[in-house]
Amino acid sequence: MDKREYQWAWLMVLPVVLIVAFSAIMPLMTVVNYSVQDIFGPGSRFFVGTEWFKEVLRDPALHGALIRQIIFSAAVLVIQIPLGIALALCMPKKGPWVSVALVLLALPLLVPWNVVGTIWQVFARPDVGLAGVAINSLGFDYNYTGDPIDAWFTVLVMDVWHWTSLVILLCYAGLQAIPDAFYQAARIDGASRWAVFRYIELPKLKGVLLIAILLRFIFSFRIYAEPFVLTGGGPGNSTTFLSQSLTTMAVGQFDLGPAAAFSLIYFLIILLFSYVFYLTILNMDREG
Amino acid sequence: MARIELNNLAHQYAPGGEYALQPMQHVWEDGGAYALLGPSGCGKTTLLNIISGLLTPSQGQVLFGDQDVTRLPPEQRNIGQVFQFPVIYDTMSVFDNLAFPLRNRRLSEDYVSRRVTQIAGMLGLDEVLKRRAKNLTADAKQKISLGRGLVREDVAAVLFDEPLTVIDPHLKWQLRRKLREVHEQLNLTLVYVTHDQTEALTFADKVVVMLAGQVLQVGTPQALFERPEHTFVGYFIGSPGMNFMDCQVEGSEAIVAGERIAVDPAMAAAASESGGQLQLGIRPGLIRPAAADEAGLTIQVDQVEDLGDYELITGHLGEHKIHVRLEESEKIGSDGLKVVFPTEHSLLYADDRLVGGGA
Repeated sequence: MDKREYQWAWLMVLPVVLIVAFSAIMPLMTVVNYSVQDIFGPGSRFFVGTEWFKEVLRDPALHGALIRQIIFSAAVLVIQIPLGIALALCMPKKGPWVSVALVLLALPLLVPWNVVGTIWQVFARPDVGLAGVAINSLGFDYNYTGDPIDAWFTVLVMDVWHWTSLVILLCYAGLQAIPDAFYQAARIDGASRWAVFRYIELPKLKGVLLIAILLRFIFSFRIYAEPFVLTGGGPGNSTTFLSQSLTTMAVGQFDLGPAAAFSLIYFLIILLFSYVFYLTILNMDREG
Repeated sequence: MARIELNNLAHQYAPGGEYALQPMQHVWEDGGAYALLGPSGCGKTTLLNIISGLLTPSQGQVLFGDQDVTRLPPEQRNIGQVFQFPVIYDTMSVFDNLAFPLRNRRLSEDYVSRRVTQIAGMLGLDEVLKRRAKNLTADAKQKISLGRGLVREDVAAVLFDEPLTVIDPHLKWQLRRKLREVHEQLNLTLVYVTHDQTEALTFADKVVVMLAGQVLQVGTPQALFERPEHTFVGYFIGSPGMNFMDCQVEGSEAIVAGERIAVDPAMAAAASESGGQLQLGIRPGLIRPAAADEAGLTIQVDQVEDLGDYELITGHLGEHKIHVRLEESEKIGSDGLKVVFPTEHSLLYADDRLVGGGA
């Protein structure tokens, strides 16, 4: 390839660069702009430097939300990734049941996010909801609007219901891509079911698991609609996660400066976590 | 190690459906190197998977020595199998890959280490034992697959399912020679599936030619070349394949396009009796040019290809297309090429089967 071709390549990606500039980079620059100014109204603004960043970083309410957010995302990954792999392994490999299973799995993913919240809000109600009444009739004193542990439990179960399908579908696709010869060779080698999983399926799933973990981390870390509809962040602020704190700050209190600073920090946290995950998993088979 | 016997074996994938494998009777002698040759979809892999136990035949028996293993799963059969694409355990080192079949059978770590080192030495893998298998080249990976088959001392046979498909041409030859070496050192029964005649003929002591689920001929490479028992064998083996021409038989002569060709009298008699559709078959390389004063057939020449050490003549005799391999081309006259079909190489086929053959 000579230089001339490279120049053509740049021209070819220009439309994409322009679209991304308008859709992502320019709004992001607006946020950066807000984060370093105190704005009282049109034409009335002051440059404040890093003041908003300092304020946000010292805010105990945000510290609480961040800790809850990390616990929530960790719980989501710990539950959904193994569960997704296990269920994908149980899926039929061929035959008419494959399409039935795939449609059933896709259903929760097709439901709009605030509708998911509404479904669970009704479903888990201790007075009229099917799940709420059932749990109470089993002798547990369950009320997600009153008890923080019950609220957490409900939010987590709702998220598992909503998103585990995604992990299952990804893993299922990964499993389907493993050639039969691997299973046949393992049988001839006398491998146990566990050894087949440990030495064939798990290594071959690494690529899709990387994607599954990244997507589930990013989605769960910016979760908003479902807990907002289900618990409204309560009781107290026990299920208030980062995005809800941010919304309260920006849209509720119109603290645009601190909200912009907070947005940038939020964005950087997700970027950093994702990058670290990516590098870790990518490096897992570098040695040797 | 044991001889493997296929007793009235056949397979249909769906009950009442088409036979993927026609009923057959066959013995793989202990320590033999066999090739299973045939075009894609002829049932080679089906047969291989039945021997290894990945597939249970719908009829008949598989015997290892005296033991009936027809219904035994592969892990209880003492068999090794190498697949078309290298199968290795990505996360393991080469050593662990080779040790895997032994460790699964809970053999002592001491023995495992000794045996793996021995097999790795034989395959030339000792340098890379500690490396991760995933990062090796395709031919090294295929050696590992092979090694996992060889590492168990009790294997009855090692089966190969087109193992050189993904190997570079210049390494194919090396790997095939390695296989021959291993065969001589361990005296194992090897069954090698391929659709490539060169691979089959250079690898095997005996070649089994299959077509449409049927074994057409079992024989040494020489027998397959000189006396194909079926027109397909003649056509499939050799480059170009055997010439076949429709004919009638009168006395001890075959009549092709009005020309009389002398054949073996016993064969001619048997052919007349058989009453089937008769064909005369002869290898392109076994047709010889007629001497100046000799009576011969005249072939109309359509094309002459110079292939280096020989010349390939494409022509026709009557309406029959015919190939002739010649050392030199000077003998082509203006009215065509005058040739002789030597009697001992002119074979008669009735309904595609060699007359008096197969006995």
